[in-house]
Amino acid sequence: MSQDYRLSRRAVIAGMSAGAAFSALPVGSAWAATPTVGFIYVGPKDDYGYNQAHAAGAAAVKAMGVKVVEEERVPETIDVEKTMESMINLDGASLLFPTSFGYFDPHILKEAKKYPNVTFMHCGGLWHEGLPANVHSYFGYIDEAEFLSGIVAAHVTKTKKFGFVAAKPIPQVLRNINAFTLGARSIDPTITVQVIFTGDWSMPVKEAEATNSLADQGVDVVTCHVDSPKVVIETAEKRGLFTTGYHASQAALAPNGYLTGAEWNWEALYPSLITDFEAGKTIPGLIRGGLKAGIVKTSPYTALVPDAAKAKADAVKAQFMGDGFVIFAGPIKDNKGATVIDAGTMRGQTDIELEKMSYLVEGVIGSTS
Amino acid sequence: MSAASLGLWTVPIAVLGGAIRVSTPFLFVSLGELVTEKSGRINLGLEGTLIMGAMSGFGVAYLTGSPWLGVLAAGMVGVIFGALHAAICSLPRVNDIAVGIALMIFGIGLAFYLGKPLVQPRAPTLPALPLGFWSDIPQVRAALQVNALFIVGLVFTPVLSWALANTRWGLIVRMVGDSSEAARALGYSPIRVRLYATCFGGFMAGVGGSFLSLYYPGSWNEGLSSGQGITAVALVIFARWNPVACFGASLLFGGAGALGPALQAVGVTSGTYLLNAAPYFLTLLILVLSSSSRRRVAGAPGELSVTK
Repeated sequence: MSQDYRLSRRAVIAGMSAGAAFSALPVGSAWAATPTVGFIYVGPKDDYGYNQAHAAGAAAVKAMGVKVVEEERVPETIDVEKTMESMINLDGASLLFPTSFGYFDPHILKEAKKYPNVTFMHCGGLWHEGLPANVHSYFGYIDEAEFLSGIVAAHVTKTKKFGFVAAKPIPQVLRNINAFTLGARSIDPTITVQVIFTGDWSMPVKEAEATNSLADQGVDVVTCHVDSPKVVIETAEKRGLFTTGYHASQAALAPNGYLTGAEWNWEALYPSLITDFEAGKTIPGLIRGGLKAGIVKTSPYTALVPDAAKAKADAVKAQFMGDGFVIFAGPIKDNKGATVIDAGTMRGQTDIELEKMSYLVEGVIGSTS
Repeated sequence: MSAASLGLWTVPIAVLGGAIRVSTPFLFVSLGELVTEKSGRINLGLEGTLIMGAMSGFGVAYLTGSPWLGVLAAGMVGVIFGALHAAICSLPRVNDIAVGIALMIFGIGLAFYLGKPLVQPRAPTLPALPLGFWSDIPQVRAALQVNALFIVGLVFTPVLSWALANTRWGLIVRMVGDSSEAARALGYSPIRVRLYATCFGGFMAGVGGSFLSLYYPGSWNEGLSSGQGITAVALVIFARWNPVACFGASLLFGGAGALGPALQAVGVTSGTYLLNAAPYFLTLLILVLSSSSRRRVAGAPGELSVTK
């Protein structure tokens, strides 16, 4: 911080003449197609979670030499509209990634009508026909990675009881809980998953309390779906539990308990989107994919993962990467005993029915209301 | 005894553990605010002080490697915020509630700004005493991992109660709070006494904040406080300006906060949201039951702007 930034007169003159020479070079037109890209996060971008995953993607875009502007902690209110407008009008951004789920309706939709020449990419899969052409959605089938986490965890558990700290019972969260449970029970059908809903995306004290309650119940593997898994993973580590991560890798937080995790791979998706954008290719309205498309990934296995678990998880992962593997293959019952997917029905990842998930599968202890 | 055979017994154990874990910031903030209010001033800015304390305590612990230095630094930041509140309020015709709200927003904003580089690092945490050593049951052992600050608060509560009633400065604080004219007539400066009392309140709130970042949950994050500071200010009124009652109210709120997750953990899953709202419902209920239209709230300092 105490670096000396004073410049000598000579250095200033040299710099000015160099700048003048540089601006005379015909580089301006070559860069004209490169957009200034704006990234907007709902929380801090180093939260070991959702926002950090997006910020890693933004950093990858920056590494391409593209001008990136970022703003953190933008609430899902009219504030995000102001941020978008300032990025468009002051920074000259022509491509925006407002990453939080709640930015979409009405904020992005309003701005998209106002600025038809700006492209809006929203994370969350809310796109549907009839929206302005400059609005796109993208999301990943991270339940594939959750399924693999369940398989790995099933190999290390002794109590056969898992815990899942979740924010809210919305379809995406339920899908992760269910995939994690199905993965674990594909190895050992006696495993149960105890779910605790904290009620909101960032409730540090309640998340810690939930993790402690799970530990008291004899759970020995904990995972979560909250904005920043840091508190859950650290609390579980203090209680000596195994953990699987979410959003980004939390391996550094839990050297004695972290197994693997379900991570976003935005640092692969974002640069490829920018390349398509620069090349003038048509970007589809809805971009979805899982492990195969490289939109999600798993944390590297830690030394705690036994070889049998690696082999089993890698075999299923190979199927995801190949022809596909169906997680939600009937018959599947919910935890009240009703059949939710009939025998013989295969609900593949793109099945729109999965987007409406409102149940917890057999083996989950918990309720959606 | 295995975990499974404990069954529903884990709920009271978890609530007890939760009460001890969650109540500490409530306890510190409310004891500090109690002294401030006893001197006739209300400081609503303690939420901001709490968050500033959490951030600066974490930062100092991270940089020095000593969590206790972090606690001290958090307290000192609290003193600065308390002094600021007292200084502004000592100007003529300044409303202490408005100043408090301004300082709350200022403190939160400043903490988020300065705390930006502290989200990622990990700092050493405060020690805990394993008071559950006598039990073989892991749940009891976990619940009775009592943090050092809670014990400090536990010891301090009766001391404060005794000091307010029996010492010279306790009498001065109460006199200033009940009638500043009487204090002035006796040659005490209400402004100076309130300055000290507000600084003390700030110190305690800063320490309460450092508990959040240095023990439980034990990291700095912008969502760290979900209104503990402001809840603690309300707890003082709820506890009728009595330190021992503050202690009880803090435990009650801590335990009520632990009830929701604990019940979900044993499989009682209906009405999750209602259970999460339990502490607030409880407050309303007790305030309604203990209210009276005929007399002033017992124990309320006479000079306090909210009860005048």
